[in-house]
Amino acid sequence: MQLDSLYQEIILDHYKHPHGRGLRDAADPAARVGEAHHVNPTCGDEITVRVATDGTVFTDISYDGMGCSISQASASILHELLRGRAAADAAVVHEAFVELMSGRGQVTPDEDVLGDGVAFAGVARYPARVKCALLSWMAFKDAAARAGVRVGPEAKTNHQYSAAASQAGAGRSEGAA
Amino acid sequence: MTSSIAIPAGMPQYDDVPRFDTAAVRADFPILDREVNGHPLVYLDSANTSHKPRQVLDVLTEHYARHNANVSRSVHTLGTEATEAYEDARAKIAAFVHAPGVDEVVFTKNSTEAINIVAYAFSNASLRADADPRFRLGPGDEIVISEMEHHSNIVPWQLLAERTGATLRWFPVTDGGRLDESGLDDLVTERTKIVSLVHTSNILGTVNATGRITERVRQVGALLLLDCSQSVPHQPIDVVDLDADFIVFTGHKMCGPTGIGVLWGRGELLAAMPPVLGGGSMIETVTMARTTFAAPPARFEAGTPPIAEAVALGAAVDYLTGVGMRAIQWHEKELTAYALDALATVPGLRIFGPSVPVGRGGTISFALGDVHPHDVGQVLDSLGVQVRVGHHCAKPVCTRFGVPAMTRASFYLYTTTAEIDALVAGLEQVRKVFA
Repeated sequence: MQLDSLYQEIILDHYKHPHGRGLRDAADPAARVGEAHHVNPTCGDEITVRVATDGTVFTDISYDGMGCSISQASASILHELLRGRAAADAAVVHEAFVELMSGRGQVTPDEDVLGDGVAFAGVARYPARVKCALLSWMAFKDAAARAGVRVGPEAKTNHQYSAAASQAGAGRSEGAA
Repeated sequence: MTSSIAIPAGMPQYDDVPRFDTAAVRADFPILDREVNGHPLVYLDSANTSHKPRQVLDVLTEHYARHNANVSRSVHTLGTEATEAYEDARAKIAAFVHAPGVDEVVFTKNSTEAINIVAYAFSNASLRADADPRFRLGPGDEIVISEMEHHSNIVPWQLLAERTGATLRWFPVTDGGRLDESGLDDLVTERTKIVSLVHTSNILGTVNATGRITERVRQVGALLLLDCSQSVPHQPIDVVDLDADFIVFTGHKMCGPTGIGVLWGRGELLAAMPPVLGGGSMIETVTMARTTFAAPPARFEAGTPPIAEAVALGAAVDYLTGVGMRAIQWHEKELTAYALDALATVPGLRIFGPSVPVGRGGTISFALGDVHPHDVGQVLDSLGVQVRVGHHCAKPVCTRFGVPAMTRASFYLYTTTAEIDALVAGLEQVRKVFA
């Protein structure tokens, strides 16, 4: 069934048994910590990603959120792949994941780089779900930047007009509403 | 027991209800023939947008092929034909909602634009001391909406409150998905200038009984706008009966094209409203120093309007009238009763909104256990079943019921019970994948 390419066993497994879920304080009080909250305005999915770093290595990546299987499994895999990595390595993995997700199913993922992340190759064929998969990865990039570590090229800033009466408050959102 | 019950003469009987041939109606909608992911299309997203019958598509094509010209400005034959078609459509729509005057129908892009026209008319009037006081807002004045609104009936009023210093207040929603009117007299007061409410909720399916609210609105001298986007397509509407000051609705949810909507306003009120968009067609006379404005509806239709779309909306109204709005309403009531029963058999399914087919339309939102609506929608799509998932542009409703998103199935005149069966079977599949 076509659906199997989207809901790979690995994805469902990460969804049902997420790794490293829950926001944690940094073990080392001297660590630099950054946090970012992203929402997908089209479906209401939310994720908060927190990174702790000594400036060169991401000593911890913790997260909390709610959303569909794709967005939550993606956060779990992000945690698995990038925690304990040097910033430069993390940038390579991050770039490969973003490239895979932006490839409309035409990109062949490298398992050596992406590990369980290769399971998302099928998701790239569902344009409506790509944002779900990228939600935690974009939040991670922002969180890292706030901890003083740049991952990948400068993100385009998304200047949002926020009406005082609006119910924003949840932080900046990913993508246009 | 063999005794029978005698039904008194004059009681309405089952057979008295107007009906139509669903199969014949379905044959009018070309898109219903197609397949999705190898399965017959099961379209349960009509609250989002409805499909269009061939009769409407033909009129749209015919207009461009035979009568295309700009309206209200040409003396030539094509211009006259286009203008007549455009104004005929206005008359059909006025009759459809029982408007006392044809000129009370203003063509807009959609419901959102229609609401914004009213909100900006308030805004513009608030800047002028000589404007009609009913439209002037300032600190101390209040705007009342509800927690049940679509974003299009929240954001324009938030922005208006921000511009004028007025206060925005709202009706809460009960656990059962009805409007909570218990605080009516405290909420709608002499400070209230406008009450803007959804008639039928796009997410809960609730059809709001507006009688008590209208009475209170009249008592305090406020104005009443009803967002009828989800009611005009599905039941007979009589604006005089509703006793509203404004109603808005959109063409694409009632078998018409996208890009055309309607603001209906009481003639006397539209005449008292300042213009919003300035440009061609909305003027009386223009000098380099100043402009005087046309009477409604032209005052609110600046620039070249969506002509073919308006004409096609007229055709949609003809189509719906031909089938019969009472019959459509009854068809959807039966479908809703069937669907509520069928969905109740799905383990772990929770319905948001009224759980009985009374005072509710054929739009049913639900949660399936802990499975995220995105995942529900994706599995259903793989089986050809098209439902809406997400917050349905009504985030406060989701917040009210403690969920980030919902799955929504919505019906129309072409929906069948077999399609509801396909939905229920699809939900079983969802449960298997995410067991």
